[in-house]
Amino acid sequence: MTKKIKNLNLNFGPQHPAAHGVLRLILELDGEVVEKADPHIGLLHRGTEKLIENKTYMQAVPYFDRLDYVAPMNQEHAFALAVEKILKIDVPIRAQYIRVIFCEIGRILSHILNVTTQALDVGALTPSLWGFEERETLMTFYERASGSRLHANYFRAGGVHQDLPKGLEEDISSFCETFPKVINDLESLLTDNRIFKQRNVDIGIVSKEDALDYSFSGVMIRGSGVPWDLRKSQPYDCYEDLDFKIPVGKNGDCYDRYLCRIEEMKESVSIIKQCLSKMEKGPVKSLDGKISPPSKKDIKQSMEALIHHFKLFTEGYRVPKDEIYTAVEAPKGEFGVYLISDGSSKPYKCKIRAPGFSHLQSMDYLIKGHMLADVPAVLGSLDIVFGEVDR
Amino acid sequence: MNSLEDLEKKINSELTTKINKSEIKHNQIYLETDKDDFLDVILFLKTNLDTKFRQLIDITVVDYPENNQRFQVVYLFLSHEFNQRLVLKYFISENEVIPSLTSFFPAANWMEREVFDMYGVNFKDHPDLRRILTDYGFEGHPLRKDFPLTGHSEVRYSEDQKKVISEPVKLEQNYRNFDYESPWEGTKYIKEEIENNDKKN
Repeated sequence: MTKKIKNLNLNFGPQHPAAHGVLRLILELDGEVVEKADPHIGLLHRGTEKLIENKTYMQAVPYFDRLDYVAPMNQEHAFALAVEKILKIDVPIRAQYIRVIFCEIGRILSHILNVTTQALDVGALTPSLWGFEERETLMTFYERASGSRLHANYFRAGGVHQDLPKGLEEDISSFCETFPKVINDLESLLTDNRIFKQRNVDIGIVSKEDALDYSFSGVMIRGSGVPWDLRKSQPYDCYEDLDFKIPVGKNGDCYDRYLCRIEEMKESVSIIKQCLSKMEKGPVKSLDGKISPPSKKDIKQSMEALIHHFKLFTEGYRVPKDEIYTAVEAPKGEFGVYLISDGSSKPYKCKIRAPGFSHLQSMDYLIKGHMLADVPAVLGSLDIVFGEVDR
Repeated sequence: MNSLEDLEKKINSELTTKINKSEIKHNQIYLETDKDDFLDVILFLKTNLDTKFRQLIDITVVDYPENNQRFQVVYLFLSHEFNQRLVLKYFISENEVIPSLTSFFPAANWMEREVFDMYGVNFKDHPDLRRILTDYGFEGHPLRKDFPLTGHSEVRYSEDQKKVISEPVKLEQNYRNFDYESPWEGTKYIKEEIENNDKKN
């Protein structure tokens, strides 16, 4: 007598703590082995690209905070760079340093979240408690510079919104002194941990070729041994003047990606330190009154400044007809903006290239033949945030 | 190729008639081609040892409703080897079906699904062409220029029917699109009058 065995279809999410947001993953299981994974996304789709087409360039910036909401300023950076390149304006050097400092803070924010939640997914609770304390400190830096912990709206085409408040530089610098110890503590919990290694080593292996085929970027491609980082290969702002290393993995498994993230955090601390020591006083945004708003003091005294202010906050600045693709190395990979301007003060088209989108689509390829329990481990190491995947 | 200029020369000499226009700006190369030739161009760019555009960064469409050929399909490529970026574009009309890239670039799968979802462009030989970002049962293609920003339908939980229902959008206040562009030039009829006077003189 033969018995027919049917594969089991399992709905993973959309409300599951290990789904890292609103992922609905439909898994086809043969026993405990995953045969097929079909991610359903779009549950957090807000139509960012459509909205941006209907807003002025300045009003479009806050939408970028809401994409990858664990590292908001890195996204703003891509948009600011795209507009700057079309407008052909220079960014004052102090503004460049400030932007790089906050991008690196964003990278640490994102990597802490990812490393600790990945640990949480495979059973370790403590790292997230330790890590989130540091994230809180970093978010107060965001708040002191921009006024809000998450949705910063701080970068502008031509610089940043305002200068750093008094004492912030010293506090960031003292954070840089204490933070490496926290990384070491996290490492002491995870790197040689037997359970963590059992759950991550040799899981979700990506070969070099496949990393290219599936449009991987960031840690996902570096973990597989491809030394590719846009901060080095296509430097923007002041990354050229800074000295930092690119950690590269060897096996392309979840464990290597974890190691890369840990090392990247250490490099980020060193980048922030260098920026703080090189930074000098000076303007923090473009002095062109047609692009950046005048100071309150000028508005009180100068008619021209008043007109500029009025025009900037009603019509906005106009951007000549052009098209451009600009990418930055966001914590999760290559975050790009394909911008088409038509000479008016609103973008004609703004396509957002989110790294998580192409990483998540490889889920089927990554998880096929793995056990069900490996799904959260692989998903954790992909570093998915639904704000950017769904847009 | 080591420099973008060399690359442009190489592409133009190898592909000659298949390239309608090439341009170097913002440190990237922008190519325009035709719907019938684009597959050859992409295969050449991917496999040629002097170009090696191995990574497909993104696929998107730009909608120009006033054009005869309404949609411009845009492919973004990256070559790690030579550290160069390339943008390839061509126009299609509304109901044209274009070949899928999934067999050459697995990453194209979701990108094409997104294009299909947002613009309604159909792909031939795509393994799984479903909507991706919009809701189950959604109608219309939101990124087309003639799709209203507020959409057509909204969902809410109905206490009577005890389920989530979809109904036409009802807004307390309609979306207001202020036209701030140069109010200094005066209103339209004054502009027309000035132009007419200029013509007479």
